[in-house]
Amino acid sequence: MTGADTDALLVTSGLTRTFGRLVALRNLAITVRRNEIFGVIGPNGSGKSTFFNLVTGFIRADAGEITFDGAPIANLPATEIVRRGIARTFQGTRLFRGLSVRDNLLAAAALRSPVNWWDGLLGTPVLARAEAASGRRADELLAMISLTARADAKAGDLPYGDQRRLELARALATGPRLLMLDEPAAGMDAAETKALLDLIKDLRKRENLTVIVVEHDMELIMNLCDRVHVLAQGETVFEGTPAEVQAHPKVRDVYLGADEEAAA
Amino acid sequence: MSRTQTIWIGIGVVLLALSFFAQNLLPDYAVRVLTITCINALLVASMAPANGMTGVFSLGHVGFVAVGAYAAGILSLPVATKGSMLPDLPGWLAGWYLSFLPSTLVAGCVTAAVAIVVGAPLLRLSGHFVSVATLGFLVIVNEIVINADSLTRGARTFTGVPLETTLPWALGWLVVGLIALGRIASSPTGRAWRATREDVVAARAIGIETQPTRLSAFVLGAFFAGIGGALYAHYLGSFSPKSFLFAYTFTLISMLVIGGMGSLSGAVLGTVVVTALSEVLRNLERGMDFGALSIPPLYGASQIALGLLFIAIMILRPEGLLGPREIRFPNARSPKETTHDSAAP
Repeated sequence: MTGADTDALLVTSGLTRTFGRLVALRNLAITVRRNEIFGVIGPNGSGKSTFFNLVTGFIRADAGEITFDGAPIANLPATEIVRRGIARTFQGTRLFRGLSVRDNLLAAAALRSPVNWWDGLLGTPVLARAEAASGRRADELLAMISLTARADAKAGDLPYGDQRRLELARALATGPRLLMLDEPAAGMDAAETKALLDLIKDLRKRENLTVIVVEHDMELIMNLCDRVHVLAQGETVFEGTPAEVQAHPKVRDVYLGADEEAAA
Repeated sequence: MSRTQTIWIGIGVVLLALSFFAQNLLPDYAVRVLTITCINALLVASMAPANGMTGVFSLGHVGFVAVGAYAAGILSLPVATKGSMLPDLPGWLAGWYLSFLPSTLVAGCVTAAVAIVVGAPLLRLSGHFVSVATLGFLVIVNEIVINADSLTRGARTFTGVPLETTLPWALGWLVVGLIALGRIASSPTGRAWRATREDVVAARAIGIETQPTRLSAFVLGAFFAGIGGALYAHYLGSFSPKSFLFAYTFTLISMLVIGGMGSLSGAVLGTVVVTALSEVLRNLERGMDFGALSIPPLYGASQIALGLLFIAIMILRPEGLLGPREIRFPNARSPKETTHDSAAP
């Protein structure tokens, strides 16, 4: 299913993180290959978000290693990790709500076209080149998420679905090789979810991306991912193709059990 | 350069040309109010990057004004005066004299250097914590000025600074400050400032480091606060530590907040509105006679009225007159981009 390219992009081993006495993640070993779409699922509290925050540098690991493209990245600052090519979105979106849609993208695109404050003051050629490059990238992304007409609107004024896509585009504006999406379909209706699925698949091809998705929407995961990793209570339950995961009895136990608890 | 920037610069140049005539034609009182307004507008605008654009609400800005005023004062006292005024000045400073422009520039740089030292630890804090901490900075500067007798004459009035700040100088520096701040604020640097204000976590996720970003706004603002302090010193000629404390802090912050934080045109507008109001009210509070009707003097009424205005704006328009917007001039080429940003509240 995963094709001939078996070369690993992101590898974690022995990854462990506790919060007080709660073990959020224990000895996690995950290998994500280049250009695959990798799903991480599990009930609430299974450690999915901890995994996300560890990889993207928002929290520190107690133990274990993370390598990205062969280089160790565990416990690097978040700003350095995005510079190396791992971009993320957040659960429930975190846009720069008071900035325009376009400025949200320009702020992110600046990562690949850095300028100093004196470039802005003096209007140097560096500034002109950087603004042109960021502007082109922003326009391209605006077109991709069909928000060109609303480029000057305040990001916080967009409908929720547009905000989610803008956040995705903002992550892309940083020029990542690995894109990590935290529940991208949360709060979307069926049509929006379908459009998102197509967008992510298309992106993988066009931008040569590797994607990790944490998601509750099983249908999205099953239709989108090449492989799925199942977590429960901070530990690996199973990893396999969507079909294997769906058929696996242990996964059904974990998921159905959790669902019943949640419903009760 | 955008059309808005070009027009603003044009307006600045025209006003600057006019100010050369104005200082001879207008009554002294008007020239004084205009000069102070320009200095205050520069100081308020210099608060906009940190307080308005990065969301680090500093209450210590007047501490930087004090640093600038004293630095410029010490540097520009004639060497002979230094001997009598500041007999204990370290040797290298005692024999050193700078004229108006160089002393102003050095005062700006000294203030920026202080801001780097102060900002590096303070700007790790957020929200209310940073406000309280910067207030601490203001108090510390005040104590240092009072106790560093050999440099500052302590609590006594520092006097003898050459009176060099004229209306064209004050306006000229205001124009320079606004152009510099405006250009940086509209560049990627300014975008990063606003991104950290909106969401620190999301900003980190796209590679914007919170602390250096905030520090750049803080230090840039401090540089112009130092310039403003130097202009102030050269305008008044004499000042004391208590000139740069809570009362002045309140005045500048109310101007910033009333005009709209995060907007340079708002900073100028707020300064003009507050200054105009307090001048009018100050003249009214002396009492008046309208034939049969006579209004008795109401000393202090202007401060009360300003306080009420401050409260009213906070209730009715908490983002200030302009909020984060700038006054823009519609671009001939793409009118839809700018028309919604008119000055009208």
